[in-house]
Amino acid sequence: MMKVVEKYHAITVDKDKCTGCTHCMKSCPTEAIRIRGGVAKINADRCVDCGNCLRACPVDAFYVEQDSLEQLNKYKYRVVLFPSVMIGQFPEIYTEGKIYEALLKLGFTHIFEVEQPIGLLIDEIKQEVQKSTRKPMISSFCPAIVRLIQSRYPSLVDNIVPVKAPHDLAACHAIELLAKQGVKREEIGTFYVSPCSAKMAAVKRPLGEEVSAVDGLIKMSDLYNHIMRVIEKEEKTDTAPLRKNLTLDGILWSLPRGEARHFRRNSMAVDGIHNVVKILERMENDEVPVLDFLELKSCHQGCAGGILLTGNRFLTVERLQKRSKRYPHASSIDVSAVSCLGIKNKMKADPIEPSYVFALDPDRLKALEKMQKVDRILCQLPGIDCGSCGAPNCHALAEDMVQGQAKMTDCIFLQNRYLNEKKINIEKATKNLEKAWGKNRFDADCNRRGGRNEGF
Amino acid sequence: MKLEFDIASGDFSKAGRASSRIKKMLKQLQVDPKVIKRIVVAIYEAEVNVVAHSVGGKMLAEIDGTGITVIVQDNGPGIEDIEKAMQEGYSTASKAVRNMGFGAGMGLPNINRNTDEFTIESELGVGTVLTFRNNF
Repeated sequence: MMKVVEKYHAITVDKDKCTGCTHCMKSCPTEAIRIRGGVAKINADRCVDCGNCLRACPVDAFYVEQDSLEQLNKYKYRVVLFPSVMIGQFPEIYTEGKIYEALLKLGFTHIFEVEQPIGLLIDEIKQEVQKSTRKPMISSFCPAIVRLIQSRYPSLVDNIVPVKAPHDLAACHAIELLAKQGVKREEIGTFYVSPCSAKMAAVKRPLGEEVSAVDGLIKMSDLYNHIMRVIEKEEKTDTAPLRKNLTLDGILWSLPRGEARHFRRNSMAVDGIHNVVKILERMENDEVPVLDFLELKSCHQGCAGGILLTGNRFLTVERLQKRSKRYPHASSIDVSAVSCLGIKNKMKADPIEPSYVFALDPDRLKALEKMQKVDRILCQLPGIDCGSCGAPNCHALAEDMVQGQAKMTDCIFLQNRYLNEKKINIEKATKNLEKAWGKNRFDADCNRRGGRNEGF
Repeated sequence: MKLEFDIASGDFSKAGRASSRIKKMLKQLQVDPKVIKRIVVAIYEAEVNVVAHSVGGKMLAEIDGTGITVIVQDNGPGIEDIEKAMQEGYSTASKAVRNMGFGAGMGLPNINRNTDEFTIESELGVGTVLTFRNNF
């Protein structure tokens, strides 16, 4: 039996802001969004927290919950854990030293770039890949991709490398370093700065792990604003010792080929979730060449394109690549001296289980029946995928219908046909549309986004 | 549930349509991923065969509660020596086809390996019919 775990999602819809414009619904790679009552509704079973809806939304109606910085006061030792990609989004005039100083000023007592113990992770991944008979092994770095594989490509679940994410390792690492100095766990607050919604969700409900070692979550976009408020023009202290374990490999890790480069030619890196879907389809058919390692990242340009970053993704990559050249290779740093007590044992993640959310019915005969019904319904639909029914395309609407979540009259083409055939009256047709779009959606509104000419 | 696909000769960009459609359906039926993988590989190989070697044909697939049966018919030229064609590495593919990464002589053996039941009939000048079935 599969474990039933409550799904946690980082993304929520602000019903007051959402205008039901369908942009998100069309950009969702798992068809998890429908428009109901004029606003977007996310199907929690299908959502992989990739954040494409946030990107597509013209009115910022999607939001990501975070913990407030005030929570820092609860702890004596306040550790900020952030991925290196954060440094990359600042303009070059803000040196990493100035950014570190700003973090201390904001009230953090310890600063950890999460990619510091990356050497350990590289070794572990290499070992896992080597001992696996399944090839290629897929990186478990991007949580949106792991969830995508679980739900849409269950046959590939065993290809995922069972290691933890850098943030959890870094949290363990930080806690252990402090423990060595005699600090108690409850005195330490670890705050992870997330570049995306997927990592937010992964930290709240980690995949392949029981509990996360992270106590608080902060959006990178928010911390960026906080830092910009307090950052100084001049560097006053030397914060370089805090970065003594940082490496070139760590800084590049979350960028395209950052992981794959450790497998040289026997690897491939794909970024952008729609590109990833195409590769996974091929992989399922055994059409991907024999490779050792496949790096898949949901965002274009990897984490530099994370939904919670402020800077331009290409400029971010550029700055990080330049930055990485000032740091040594991971192989030249003795990580065993850095890490203490069994961080190595903490590297392994529990197995990741498939979840069959795209099945039409648990009973195969019923599912087959439903599938035939979908086919019969599809002949009636216009096939233009207009989204006016509140589903992303005609096929999705047909599926919703057989699942009892939509009606034939939700389609505006069919409505028109039924009106012509006098099967329904205009009042009924209007009521139907109002169900999907809300009562006032048919009134003129010049202030609505899209209600003005905003040019090309 | 019955499905029919036309397969045109020579157009490799279209090979894979039947297999990906059927794959999606089997996933919706929550068929064991391992079973899906085998049948998808078999169907894809069969599609490529028709594209690469024949003058065109069609594929009929029938999904029932216990498995899937696939019939692939082409309109010629037919296989001269079936026994040889079933050997791994034997291929009559043209250089052009091989250059595209196909025609390694693994097609029919691969279909045989990935199916529970497999029959092949061929008549020179008429065409070839493959019938295979996988149980869920």
